[in-house]
Amino acid sequence: MLEIRNLHAGVQGNEILKGISLKVNVGEVHAIMGPNGSGKSTLAQVLAGRETYEVTQGQVIYEGKNLLEMAPEDRAREGLFMAFQYPVEIPGVTNTYFLKAGLNAIRKHRGLEELDAIDFLSLVKEKMKLVGMDESLLSRHVNEGFSGGEKKRNEIFQMAVLDPKLAILDETDSGLDIDALRIVADGVNKHSRKDNAVIIVTHYQRLLNYIIPDFVHVLVDGRIVKSGGKELALELEEKGYDWLKDEAENVTVNAQESS
Amino acid sequence: MMNRSPMTDSWYVSNFQLMEKHLNGEAGTHIHSIRKDAISRFAQLGFPTTRDEEWKFTNVAPIAKMNFKPVLDLSHDGVTKEDVERFSFGGLRCTRLVFVNGHFSQELSSLGSLPQWAKAGSLAAALKTDADAVSEHLTRYARYDDNAFTALNTAFLQDGAFVYIPDGKVIEGPIHLLFISTKLGTPFLSNPRNLVLAGENSQVMIVESFVSLDDNSYLTNAVTEIVAGDNAVVEHDKLQAESAKAFHIGTVHVYQRANSTYTSNSISLGGALVRNNITVVLDGEGIECTLNGLSLSTDEQHVDNHTVIDHAKPHCNSHELYKSILDGRSKAVFNGKIFVRKDAQKTNAKQTNKTLLLSDNATIDTKPQLEIFANDVKCTHGATVGRLDEEQLFYLRSRGLSLNHARDVLTFAFASDIINRVHVEPLRSQLEGMIHARLQQGRH
Repeated sequence: MLEIRNLHAGVQGNEILKGISLKVNVGEVHAIMGPNGSGKSTLAQVLAGRETYEVTQGQVIYEGKNLLEMAPEDRAREGLFMAFQYPVEIPGVTNTYFLKAGLNAIRKHRGLEELDAIDFLSLVKEKMKLVGMDESLLSRHVNEGFSGGEKKRNEIFQMAVLDPKLAILDETDSGLDIDALRIVADGVNKHSRKDNAVIIVTHYQRLLNYIIPDFVHVLVDGRIVKSGGKELALELEEKGYDWLKDEAENVTVNAQESS
Repeated sequence: MMNRSPMTDSWYVSNFQLMEKHLNGEAGTHIHSIRKDAISRFAQLGFPTTRDEEWKFTNVAPIAKMNFKPVLDLSHDGVTKEDVERFSFGGLRCTRLVFVNGHFSQELSSLGSLPQWAKAGSLAAALKTDADAVSEHLTRYARYDDNAFTALNTAFLQDGAFVYIPDGKVIEGPIHLLFISTKLGTPFLSNPRNLVLAGENSQVMIVESFVSLDDNSYLTNAVTEIVAGDNAVVEHDKLQAESAKAFHIGTVHVYQRANSTYTSNSISLGGALVRNNITVVLDGEGIECTLNGLSLSTDEQHVDNHTVIDHAKPHCNSHELYKSILDGRSKAVFNGKIFVRKDAQKTNAKQTNKTLLLSDNATIDTKPQLEIFANDVKCTHGATVGRLDEEQLFYLRSRGLSLNHARDVLTFAFASDIINRVHVEPLRSQLEGMIHARLQQGRH
């Protein structure tokens, strides 16, 4: 479904991603972990099409297409979704309008009929229950005045409505209390199926108590320094990231030696 | 000293003489002595130039160099009831006064729903039938001694709307003053003069709209005087949607008495060169004054909003929010003056001006002017100028909205803040539709 090949990206000549390679197959759940500043969020944003980041090298193939050449809206229409670490507030635009516009743009792209107000509302109500979101949030402006937890839930709610093929959750667990965390995890688990894939970007292992990943990758200084199964997450919880930072340096040394 | 333009002045002076011949039997009236005073004042002042502080950012040379022919009589000039319907906000049924090139048309107006006790009709008629009420107020608030356009309007003062709501009366629906301009053979001056008198404890909603039948060039030079009596509640919506070649100078003077509430929503969409003046004098305690404004401009349009709020007495609140959306090479000006007189303690005045620039070539000049002579007041002002937010755009696009759609959604959201303050629902829907259409248009 997704193949990242030797991806280098940064901001204004400052390289943040220094050669990421990763393959995600349909039906899989991947966790990308790493210390602060390792480039986790950059990776998520580059995949979603954020123009702030410049890709200097490498390729990303998504369902046989060159993802990096696609506009953000085309990525969304092709089934890619990123839950934002910091969801943006949009005063003057209601949640309902926003989501209906997005959903119908995606449906149209897929050759489906646009949903009318009634069908949309019944879909939305069903998905709201899934994330325990209050219906009053629908008529409110996008994320405006939402608490941190409400914003994160709104992201998962959007994911549930848009039903993406590939969902990337960018530190969706940060700032959530344990109850909210459970609700968010539940939403992701219900979404996760054999015909889609999920990438969870997180700093902490705790979300992975509720969402069991098939693969765990550790990102340090813009490189994946270790990949493994779900047990790797537990090992990180126990030992922290420092032991891997040494490995990262070794990778750097090796890279320099080989170049 | 102002830079005079004698050619133009003499054009209007000689047209004034033509009008005098036309006004049978009015030569000796009080109003005519005011007209004569006003034309001589106009001839002295001449059109302002950018050296005049009040006109620093708005160059009216395109108006001064043209000879606009004052329209002296009503001529329907092909305006039909269907045209009126088209400008009735989706068929809003209400008391509607229709003016063609500044002159009242009984035939096109609808006065059926007006209660017996209220008056709404032509000012020309009221000058005769309600001479006392009219002469007590007319020209008292809109002074012409220092404003050439008001002097010009007063000199050619013939017709416009007269609305009178007696004490304690409430008019349920809005009163719509519809000003339609047609295509005459030559560039012309439409010169409506309106007077709205809201008695003590009365309530009224006035909707003024200025529209064009054709894509023609003319000058609208409108003056509206509004008096809100003690405890009166007046809502005043103004829609300026004239032709892209039209010039529009719209001047509103409001006089508020104690505990009255006045709200203005001024929406400017059309015109080549537009100047909206609004001056409100808060002459009593416990007054609420709210001025909202929105302008959308594109191409070479120039839209200038000048507001003056004069806090003359203590314990009054004023709220002001003006927003501009600029595209193309258009220019906007916002000048917001707030006076707080020595007696006006406990004044609470808030002014905000926000501008959204959609193009690199558009410009805004924004100037708040607070002159405070009292010491126990709360006055704030703020101005922001910005572009569409990149993060918001990305967020919308990441959910599947196209870049254009995302831009429209954010631009509309910026405008809707003002539109939502309009209480007349059909007008609000109409405005939403017009703004959507403008956004679509902007991309071609």
